[in-house]
Amino acid sequence: MSAIDIEPTDTVDARGAACPGPLMDLIGRVRSASPGDVVLLLSDSDRSMTDVPEWVDETDNELVAVDESGDDYGFYVEVA
Amino acid sequence: MTHRIAILGGGTGGTVLANDLAERLAPEIDAGDVEVALINDDPDHVYKPVWLYVAFGQREPADGRRPLDELVDDRVDLVIDRVTEIDTDDKALGLRDAGGPLAYDHLVVATGSTLAADEVSGLSEGSHDYYSESGALALRDELLSMTEGHLVLSVVGTPHMCPAAPLEFVFMADDWLRERGLREDVDITYTYPINRVHGNPHIAEWAEPIMSDRDIGVETFFNADSVDPDAKTLTSMEGTEIDYDLLAAIPPHRGVDVVEEAGLGDRGWVDVDKHTLAAERAEDVYALGDAATTGVPKAGSVAHYQAGVVAQRLASEVRDRPATATYDGKTLCFIETGTDAASFVEFDYESPPSPAPPSEKLHWSKLAYNESYWLTARGLL
Repeated sequence: MSAIDIEPTDTVDARGAACPGPLMDLIGRVRSASPGDVVLLLSDSDRSMTDVPEWVDETDNELVAVDESGDDYGFYVEVA
Repeated sequence: MTHRIAILGGGTGGTVLANDLAERLAPEIDAGDVEVALINDDPDHVYKPVWLYVAFGQREPADGRRPLDELVDDRVDLVIDRVTEIDTDDKALGLRDAGGPLAYDHLVVATGSTLAADEVSGLSEGSHDYYSESGALALRDELLSMTEGHLVLSVVGTPHMCPAAPLEFVFMADDWLRERGLREDVDITYTYPINRVHGNPHIAEWAEPIMSDRDIGVETFFNADSVDPDAKTLTSMEGTEIDYDLLAAIPPHRGVDVVEEAGLGDRGWVDVDKHTLAAERAEDVYALGDAATTGVPKAGSVAHYQAGVVAQRLASEVRDRPATATYDGKTLCFIETGTDAASFVEFDYESPPSPAPPSEKLHWSKLAYNESYWLTARGLL
């Protein structure tokens, strides 16, 4: 059950993907998204906790929330 | 009952599998209890690693082509046709040229990768690649005429075939230009989508100091968004713009449309169990090689090892025994670090790679394997 009250436009389930799979999956989805869309990345890779914020910082997109409440991580990225 | 096994795709995975099954199930095939069909839309088998060398004038495209009918065991029914539909409910394949559908009991999808440069604006017009015969030939001509300027290698799409090949390209270009006395007049830049130079952190850690020592520029967090072929600029999603004189790009990759239309997975890749290689969205379907989403590299060694696993599993199923063979993620790659030295990595799902120190011996090992690859395709090595 998500602790984040945000309805994503699209969800990328990268759980089980080997590094750097989750970040690359996110980038691929953001590439085809529209401005204002919120893409939710689900990842079980600890490395995503650094990879994803670092990448978002490099772009005009915004990491609006990170859900760490469950077994996996949920990254909510709003597309610029 | 006759077991009809259909293998879709005559690349490394499909061809090795067909020959493995032909030997493994020879008694059943000879008795008419098993039929193995290999379907490919090109009468030739293509060994893609040759193209990297084509770009530097060291090989010709013909070195990477052999007729499939010279490679495949006579027990295999070789069908040169294009599959237009996969019906996993009725277990039938639609074919472009044949009169009717091809029925199967067991299907193996080994359809490989295709290039999708048109997904990035200007990429087709503004860049060259060495992931196709025509691309490698055009890139060779451009490299031969380049005497100065900025050579950019941009990894645009991932996953892509042979994850080591972008590093190999810049290492070989560096050496090749030095040997020709041109390196001081040609800058080389390498771009990568994430915050290191390779998806695997161990390989990235190994490669970064080599690139620094050899004055190969690096732009990380660079996801090419558009190319302006007239202005010769490459712009990233992150807002960085790079001028180039010659752009060698790794375009986005996709599987084949017929896989996606069959509902087996997104972008033409088949969702599989990464150990059994069984498709997750259909019964009695396996996938291997580039077509299977296992998370390991899209590389020939992977397809080769996965073919052995699928062959064992299919043989067990045909013989009504539990299938026990599983794929452990085994991957082998030679990595050229110049025109006369190479490294080597071996890894699997549990064990990370540890690149070997570059040596001339490993370089010749890679070239020797490229020559002996045809024994692999025949199922002998």
